[in-house]
Amino acid sequence: MSDLAIRVTNLGKRYHIGERDNHRTLRDVIANSIKYPVQVARSWLKQEEHPQATKNTIWALRDVSFEVNQGEAVGIIGRNGAGKSTLLKILSRITEPTTGRVEGYGRVGSLLEVGTGFHPELTGRENIYLNGAILGMTRVEINRKFDEIVAFSEVEKFLDTPVKRYSSGMYVRLAFAVAAHLEPEILIVDEVLAVGDAAFQKKCLGKMSDVARQGRTVLFVSHNMTAIESLCDWAILLDEGRSVSKGSPRQVIPEYLQEAFSSLTQQVWLEQAEAPGNDDVRIHRACVRPLKVNSSNLITVHTPFAIEFDYWNLQGDNNLDLSIHLINEQGILVFDVGRVERPEWQANDVPLGLFRDICYIPGDLLNDGMYRITLFVSKDQREIYRAPDILVFDVQDTPGMRGDWYGKWPGAIRPTLKWTTQQIG
Amino acid sequence: MATNNAISPKSPEIIDDVPMGIEDKHPPSNPSKLTPLFVVEPPRGWVSLQLKTLWAYRELLYFLVWRDVKVRYKQTALGVVWAILQPVLMMVVFSIFFGKFAQIPSDGFPYPIFTFVALLPWRLFAGSLAMAGTSLVMDQGLITKIYFPRLLIPLGTVFVGLVDFAIAFVILLGMMVYYGIALTGAIFTLPIFVALAILTAFGAGLWLSALNVQYRDIQYIIPFLIQVWLFATPIAYPSSIVPEQWRFLYGLNPMVGVIEGFRWALLGQTSALDISAFISVVIIVILLASGLIYFRRMESTFADIV
Repeated sequence: MSDLAIRVTNLGKRYHIGERDNHRTLRDVIANSIKYPVQVARSWLKQEEHPQATKNTIWALRDVSFEVNQGEAVGIIGRNGAGKSTLLKILSRITEPTTGRVEGYGRVGSLLEVGTGFHPELTGRENIYLNGAILGMTRVEINRKFDEIVAFSEVEKFLDTPVKRYSSGMYVRLAFAVAAHLEPEILIVDEVLAVGDAAFQKKCLGKMSDVARQGRTVLFVSHNMTAIESLCDWAILLDEGRSVSKGSPRQVIPEYLQEAFSSLTQQVWLEQAEAPGNDDVRIHRACVRPLKVNSSNLITVHTPFAIEFDYWNLQGDNNLDLSIHLINEQGILVFDVGRVERPEWQANDVPLGLFRDICYIPGDLLNDGMYRITLFVSKDQREIYRAPDILVFDVQDTPGMRGDWYGKWPGAIRPTLKWTTQQIG
Repeated sequence: MATNNAISPKSPEIIDDVPMGIEDKHPPSNPSKLTPLFVVEPPRGWVSLQLKTLWAYRELLYFLVWRDVKVRYKQTALGVVWAILQPVLMMVVFSIFFGKFAQIPSDGFPYPIFTFVALLPWRLFAGSLAMAGTSLVMDQGLITKIYFPRLLIPLGTVFVGLVDFAIAFVILLGMMVYYGIALTGAIFTLPIFVALAILTAFGAGLWLSALNVQYRDIQYIIPFLIQVWLFATPIAYPSSIVPEQWRFLYGLNPMVGVIEGFRWALLGQTSALDISAFISVVIIVILLASGLIYFRRMESTFADIV
């Protein structure tokens, strides 16, 4: 059996809602001290919370326990807000847990952000020393690795330029170069690989797997399942602060994908009176469903899928038209489509009753990411009703097709197009 | 509930904490299973000063000071000349308005040197206090992303002013030659008064910086506080003009003792260095000790509320 690197027992962390945003003002404290002098004094003396403050709390992390052996690379996955960052912050000793205990058997180096402590006015050379010291390296150590860091960063020419004049790419490369030469026994890495270009990412990942291979322990948070799958020995899935699954990446990743992206792929309104709409039209059901039904029922970049709307037409001889806007996570309108042809049975207007419109979206068209759909209903070419964000769904990336590259595929869409190569000379 | 202390002002129990890299030359050591290198637990009870940890992180302290010194006069046309210009201009203004127009006595010394001797430690103190007070908030990027003893941040800032002080001190020596004031053996006590000025700034800075994390009101209070403190310190005037019945209250300002100490050490002023220097030391110790306790109690919450 290998030696233990980290033991986490019943770890919990409670935050006060709004704590991060609302800085309490002195006025409140003074007002409270006058209103509740005894309680305030007692809470200060006994280090208890103010009686009023016990409400509105949220457990960012709850009863999390696990053990990591030396030399293991462990992935921590979960949705945004699942507690991943809180866990890393406690393991890095940036913040304290509310309950539980962490035992660490080795020096910890954490990399929660690329370029922590970089000062824009200082030169690249100066920032290497500053950042190195902040990350926990000694001056001797930095001196020893200086050339290596510079070579890794590819910014030799600009070493004596203040980093505020760097391009963002250079900045990130330099910052990562310093961090990559950190040699702690336990390395804690938050999602930092999503930066830089493909070649640089490859270099960084290579460096990380070197670290893991040297027998160092790595705890790694990422939304990038491909990276988790290739780097980690096992993974922990967090959901709402609890650890819901542990095991090999192969086993945990599908659980995560399924749980994370049930989003808003179907909405049904049974009562016509309560359904969204107006006197002309009301929506009965809206859904997104994959057409190739696979075991996980997911939509990947390759899956053809359908967007369906069931609606009641409430007026006779209504000339109704439906159209949808598909909006990606950057807020870009990817497309605006509507019905191309009128159904044959419908001479002119839509009769009273319940109807179903289906829009078919082919596979290998959309890029991966979250998408929102806004439904528009128009009558005689005039918009009469819109349902913003009526559906929200995720198009998953599929591992395996991308070679060494772990970054987000660029582009609003990601079609598979016909492409030929022939020798012509 | 026993777990009611998510943001209670207490600190972690951290055992024997040393930054990595000091001993971990290549292959990771094989740590004993019995004793963890560090333990993180909910904060409880009183906490030590972690002097051992502070010592282990001395290089980071050095780099934080080095950063602030380097950045201080970046992209200024006059650069480090500002370190001289600021106290000299203040001396000129004081000499014209207080020395000349208001005819404020200066214990028999030329007014410019009388006030300049006081301006140097005052600027060291006021600059350090202003920087220390806002330091934690200024460095919140570090606090929320990296672990290290938070005490290093305000501690670092109080050293930054020393560079300016040293530069301006050369001017002071020049002025003393000009006015024909001979140095006495008392000058060897000067480092004590420099240290007292820094400790006063550090003690008050600990309070203000920790409070500023939670109450940003502090950053507006600091300039006002420094201005009031300036009037309550014998810089533009000798402390002998303070009426007898106010002397004790006046002496509670630790900077009174520091400034009088400076005048005594440099100008060889005979009257000074009475009981006020002793009171100053007592007040500084109280300020420092309470500041350290408050800071350490609040330290664990900084990352969550800054």
